[in-house]
Amino acid sequence: MSNSDGEPVASAKIKVVARDVNVFYSDKHALKAVNLDVRANEVTALIGPSGCGKSTFLRCLNRMNDLIDGARVTGTIAIDQQDIYLKDLDVVQLRARVGMVFQKPNPFPKSIFDNVAYGPRIHGLAGTGAELEEIVVTSLKRAGLFEEVKDRLNEAGTGLSGGQQQRLCIARAIAVSPEVILMDEPCSALDPIATAKVEELIDELRQNYTIIVVTHSMQQAARVSQRTAFFHLGELVEVGDTEQIFTNPNHKLTQGYITGRFG
Amino acid sequence: MTEHTVRSYDEELSHLNNLIARMGGIAEAQLDASIQALIRRNSEQAGKIIAADAKVDDMEHEVHAFTVRLLALRQPVAHDLRFIVGALKVSGDLERIADYAANVAKRALVLNQLPPVPPMAAVPRLGRLVQEILKDVLDAYVDQNQEKALRVWKRDEEVDDMYTGLFRELITYMMEDPRNITPCIHLMFIAKNIERIGDHATNIAETIHYLVNGTPLLDARPKGTSVLPEPPPAGEGN
Repeated sequence: MSNSDGEPVASAKIKVVARDVNVFYSDKHALKAVNLDVRANEVTALIGPSGCGKSTFLRCLNRMNDLIDGARVTGTIAIDQQDIYLKDLDVVQLRARVGMVFQKPNPFPKSIFDNVAYGPRIHGLAGTGAELEEIVVTSLKRAGLFEEVKDRLNEAGTGLSGGQQQRLCIARAIAVSPEVILMDEPCSALDPIATAKVEELIDELRQNYTIIVVTHSMQQAARVSQRTAFFHLGELVEVGDTEQIFTNPNHKLTQGYITGRFG
Repeated sequence: MTEHTVRSYDEELSHLNNLIARMGGIAEAQLDASIQALIRRNSEQAGKIIAADAKVDDMEHEVHAFTVRLLALRQPVAHDLRFIVGALKVSGDLERIADYAANVAKRALVLNQLPPVPPMAAVPRLGRLVQEILKDVLDAYVDQNQEKALRVWKRDEEVDDMYTGLFRELITYMMEDPRNITPCIHLMFIAKNIERIGDHATNIAETIHYLVNGTPLLDARPKGTSVLPEPPPAGEGN
């Protein structure tokens, strides 16, 4: 099965291009010949049942699979036409360009300030303390957290509520000015109000970033994304405008999954 | 369509389907009975039809409440969503169809007080055609058969032609003898009601097309002759 959005969209800028991407974990063929174009400044949702390859695909985009023993990736993935699997590519730099937010909020056991300042410090993005502070404040503001924490920036990040911690992790990701943000079930550990805040944030962030979000919540995919890709058993079954996927999917498997008719 | 993992959801969708099927059955019976009451000049039957209209109104409310419940609790998507929204629309069409049938019965009551006029025979012919169309479209709905729905949709042309013929015939009788005007006007409204029932049947056909394909039926429907003059070309007047 191939990319079903065959016709190129002239107006939309393509940020990430994946061609014939296969992932093997030792003998297991986890991702099969995936072709996907991700449009810039849009939210693309990856949906599908557990083990369908959506998180595997997400992790290919910042080479997180490099960290897994026995994992092998074939095919090409390019961001702004630059192949990210070149041998001499600086993976640390790549991960600054392609930030990631995980399922469980995982702030460092440091202060709120230092959590956000960590990336800019190791990448040398700030010349002075004032510059660093500006980056931290801007990132916290963009993550919609600044007002809630401005009086306690030196308190531990782990002392925040779950939803605040997740927005802190988003602030940490955007502090290094990424182009693409990957989110792996960013709201699955959050209550509905915290979820709504993160979803609102995702919608705002797409002005400046390209966002790819893996989610088990179909409603979330419907609410936050412009494009939705459905994976099943390691294959990309269908990708299209979110509205089309949820009102009139082309593929029977997609229809079965989103309507809850799946074995 | 295969079954949902959650069985109660399937049961609810099937309940909705049954409600629409029952409502369609009643609307069909009401139309049939109203034409019978007209031909046989049976005022008792006409009275029963008028009284039974409340039942269809109640069922429409039941469908509305049930679809709102399904939308709120199941958050349906894809075919399920189209099916539920389709049921909501079809229930509205069926309610109107039953209303028109009741109106035919009301006018039959009046006509039964007047001496019969010859064009009476042409009205049941139109009625039978529309009955056939209504039956076919309801079958198409139950089977979710879009080809059948499309055939119904195309047949509305025949209804238009027959209605236009009837309109001219009635005018001729009225010109012949002014005493024909009262019964002929009632027959004209009856014919118009039946013609409108045909329009609602084509609405249902369009809904079937949407719920099966997910896309609206955009082709121009073949139009029969009209009692109205051709509209002026675009750009002139309104």
